Amino acid sequence: MSTASEPAARSPAGQGYFASVARWGPGEIIFWAGLVAVFFVPDANLILFGQIVIWGLFAMSLDLLLGYRGIPSMGHAAFFGIGAYTAGYLGKFGWTEPISGLLIAMLLAGIIGWLTGRFIQRVSGIALLMVTLGLNLILYDVVHRQSDLTGGDDGLQGVVIAPVLGLFRFDIFGRTAYLYALAVTFLLFLVARALVKSPFGLALLGARENPRRMITLGTPIERDVSAVFAIAAAMAGAAGALLTQTTQFVSPATLSFQRSADVLVILIIGGTGRLYGGFIGAFVFLFLRDWLAALSPVYWYFWIGLLLVIVVAFFRKGIVPSLEALVQRVRWR
Amino acid sequence: MTEGTLSQPVLQTRDLRMAFGGLVVFHNLNFTLQRGERHAIIGPNGAGKTTFVSLVTGLLQPSGGDVLFNGAVITGASPQQRVKAGIARTFQINSLFKALNPLASLVIALAEREGRAGVSLRKVARETALIEEASALLAKFGLGDDALAVTETLPYGKQRLLEVALALALRPQLLLLDEPAAGLSTEQGHELFRQLAVLTADTTVLFIEHDMNLVFRYADRVSVFAAGALVVQDTPDRVRNHPRVREVYLGA
Repeated sequence: MSTASEPAARSPAGQGYFASVARWGPGEIIFWAGLVAVFFVPDANLILFGQIVIWGLFAMSLDLLLGYRGIPSMGHAAFFGIGAYTAGYLGKFGWTEPISGLLIAMLLAGIIGWLTGRFIQRVSGIALLMVTLGLNLILYDVVHRQSDLTGGDDGLQGVVIAPVLGLFRFDIFGRTAYLYALAVTFLLFLVARALVKSPFGLALLGARENPRRMITLGTPIERDVSAVFAIAAAMAGAAGALLTQTTQFVSPATLSFQRSADVLVILIIGGTGRLYGGFIGAFVFLFLRDWLAALSPVYWYFWIGLLLVIVVAFFRKGIVPSLEALVQRVRWR
Repeated sequence: MTEGTLSQPVLQTRDLRMAFGGLVVFHNLNFTLQRGERHAIIGPNGAGKTTFVSLVTGLLQPSGGDVLFNGAVITGASPQQRVKAGIARTFQINSLFKALNPLASLVIALAEREGRAGVSLRKVARETALIEEASALLAKFGLGDDALAVTETLPYGKQRLLEVALALALRPQLLLLDEPAAGLSTEQGHELFRQLAVLTADTTVLFIEHDMNLVFRYADRVSVFAAGALVVQDTPDRVRNHPRVREVYLGA
């Protein structure tokens, strides 16, 4: 509050407000520092944490659509799968360098996301759920049937990924995989964070709140839908590519409807419109799954379902927004 | 689009027709609005006043005829293109960003006006000029203390002002106000119009209004719509005494 007092003096509310919205809070710093610290904890299950980071990135990409622009998608795994298969094919057919492979996967998922955005930009509500679900099912069926090309149910075998930067080999403990996934995820998180705190991010919120008003302000809301779809799809594609590269395998499950539903559950448990909701949701979801699957490998979806009901009943908006409200209440006291 | 010459009407319609299925709202409507006017549209319910505004702003497409803005045909232009050309509107029922605050709402409008709302990673906080302007505009509307309140928690009268502020933030050449005083008390309505008279001094204003006291006090010209036709267009005094208007309004 002590710095940058010059513009603040002229319009204290305005400048200060937008500056405070963009400022890094202690919770955020603790969150990322914690993820780095996990690497140094002896015997930490880095393979599980790597999964959490990747699922968190995937859910964050859905948050851009659902939380910030209000577009519910029941088919977001389509983009995850496109990224996963792109990275898989590249690795299988000799393009083993991971970072360029990741970028190509993002580009392809982004282009298909942009086209999807153009296709659905005039659709809203329940119809949107159906269209995105439909697109996802079509893609899944194509991959499933073209088993000569995709390996069908067996997945894509023989994916080779070279060491990151030519130095760090992917090891069986998932150490390289974890740091690689964390670094990529953090960079994409920075992009998403800057995006939602930009004027474009405000315009997304405006269109979420009131599309008709945005039109009468002159905003090309359809173009914005394509843009945010492209970005969200590219980031989902990155998550898919990370999964392929860190496991050196792709299965059709990466673009299944089940995955689309799981990522939606993760985001809703964590809370929408915060970027962190996806990560916290992924943490809860995957830890529970890991723990429950150990107890009883068949029935763990029962507990996930129960969790979802409890979260929606008691935390309404999800874990992260509820925690925020709690912190605020304590502070006011 | 150019500003147009002084003598050229800001807005014109040529044989404008509008039908919803079999229901004809307008039949060859020819309407002219001169630059700088504070022009009221009155008429009974169902006369097509709001439909007219939506045809001008492009939210509806006419069944026939043309809309001209500064002499250029804009009938085929999208609502967004018309905003960029200089037409802004408010709605009869508040159309705001309920969960956002007034400051952010105005910054959205200003960023769009200045072409700075495209995809970027530049923080809103760095748009100091826009934030300054938004704050100044809020202060002008007496909303300075409410800049950071959640819009839907504001009293109705203030939301009504924000509705106008959002449209005016676009610096339109033509401002269309659809019943700006709707839902306000008589006193609040007069207060709003007093403020509007000051705030929109350089803008051509076309407003729909039911309260005749407001109309005759603040309009310099009045158009009377009835049953899909322009019955009369004249100064308030002459309109008041026009036999057809008395007939339409008073049934006498």
